[in-house]
Amino acid sequence: MKPMKNLHEFLISPGEAARQHGPKDCIVMSSRVRLARNLRNAAFPTWAKKLERVRVLDAILPAVRDLPEMVDSFAEPMDTLSPLDRQILVERHLISREHAAKSTGSGLVLNRAETFSVMINEEDHLRMQALRPGFQIREVWQAIDRLDSALEQKLPYAFDSELGYLTACPTNLGTGIRVSAMLHLPGLVLAEQITPIISSVNKLGLAVRGLYGEGTEALGNVFQVSNQMTLGETESAIVERLEKVLAQIIEHEENARQTMLEKRPKVLFNCLGRAYGNLAYSHIISSKETMNQLSLLRLGVDMGLFPGAERALVDELFLVTQPAHLQKLLSDKLTAEERDLARADMLRERLKVLPRPAMG
Amino acid sequence: MLCSICKERQATLHLTKIEGDKMQKLDLCDECAKANGMDDPSALMGADLTLGLGASLELDPGAKIAELKCSRCGFTQADFKKSGRLGCPECYVTFAQGLAEMLKPMHKGTRHVGKAPAALMAEREAADRLKTLEKKLARAIETEDFETAAAVRDQIKELKGAAPVKGG
Repeated sequence: MKPMKNLHEFLISPGEAARQHGPKDCIVMSSRVRLARNLRNAAFPTWAKKLERVRVLDAILPAVRDLPEMVDSFAEPMDTLSPLDRQILVERHLISREHAAKSTGSGLVLNRAETFSVMINEEDHLRMQALRPGFQIREVWQAIDRLDSALEQKLPYAFDSELGYLTACPTNLGTGIRVSAMLHLPGLVLAEQITPIISSVNKLGLAVRGLYGEGTEALGNVFQVSNQMTLGETESAIVERLEKVLAQIIEHEENARQTMLEKRPKVLFNCLGRAYGNLAYSHIISSKETMNQLSLLRLGVDMGLFPGAERALVDELFLVTQPAHLQKLLSDKLTAEERDLARADMLRERLKVLPRPAMG
Repeated sequence: MLCSICKERQATLHLTKIEGDKMQKLDLCDECAKANGMDDPSALMGADLTLGLGASLELDPGAKIAELKCSRCGFTQADFKKSGRLGCPECYVTFAQGLAEMLKPMHKGTRHVGKAPAALMAEREAADRLKTLEKKLARAIETEDFETAAAVRDQIKELKGAAPVKGG
């Protein structure tokens, strides 16, 4: 089976994606709210048999696709997507790693602007999310709330007046909401303040995860902060609490950057200079090292230490140097070693336009 | 002391959970602790999961959980222990007792206070109103107040006619 639409003609180009802006996007890379919903009369996806999953997909996919927000969307069953395409969607944070592993009976509906992504038959029948660049938690909640209200007119949700929206995992029960923000926190990492910050955020009942969600490392100093509890609190209360905590983390990060510049400039310049050198002059570089060094380059650009440099270039490289994007761009089947060579070639070439750092 | 799960090996890990005036004890051997993800004492969630749906009920002589099975989807207690996920929406009724204990430490509260589907709320309100009217009708007939009975019957007819089509 082939998809009706070509994913790569549909997706926003990495360069264009990197130029999208939002409030406080030097620290908050993106805001997202996800809602988990299930149909009343069907087993949850992980327990359902293939036939039942297909039946659920066939009921949900057209209902989502025909929403006014989803005009001209990319609406496809997962088994029409190649493993490489699925990995590209993971690198874009449009689907979860778990969803990339699904095939028959699962699906995706993605809108043109890539501000709504609805996963069908992930862990729940519906995992719908709204996402936007920068610090826009409240706006994404309002957007997904509207989408959900429109969809409930068409689909019989599993809902209990005591327990709320019923989900496959009891940890998502009630509101089924996960509010999260992806934060770039190199200042707190360099100042060695990240561990106490994470533990105090944890104490507030919020989770801190790595770049690709559950159980992943904080590559490139990127952390995801999200709520954990979903029952016994209203959606707005959860959104407001997260907003407050995020505002505080942003302030701490800004302070950490300023303090580094004032109190330990040599340490800062050393890190940034080495990152620049590694990225602009390497011949072999792994994806992990690239992300960690690009994070420092992004910090330098945001602090004005690379005059004339654009953050969009760094953000684009952040995306296109990841394994699946690189593979797609070079349209060859590359081994990991070959990718490390190709990645270094690309970085040297693209960073030619980056002026040398103006430090000390 | 023997392990409360396998009841064969010596228990080495002893967990006590106190909630209000209720106390639950769980004694585990190394193997069973590991199998339940509790070899790391910081893995409190693991303890909650096991205490919530499995072991605590086994420890509670009043509750017979030997083969609790969802009549809708065939999902069992053992399946939950394996995956930490339920089988279908109906499982929330089947396993209500064990879940109630588990939800307390997991969430801010045990009652949903957030959004609800508008259609469902309207349907529920209509059902409540119908019940009230039917009671009123029965009372009217009982007291031979036929004038009221006729009016109420008309109201019921109207309500039933306007009832939203239930989703399938």
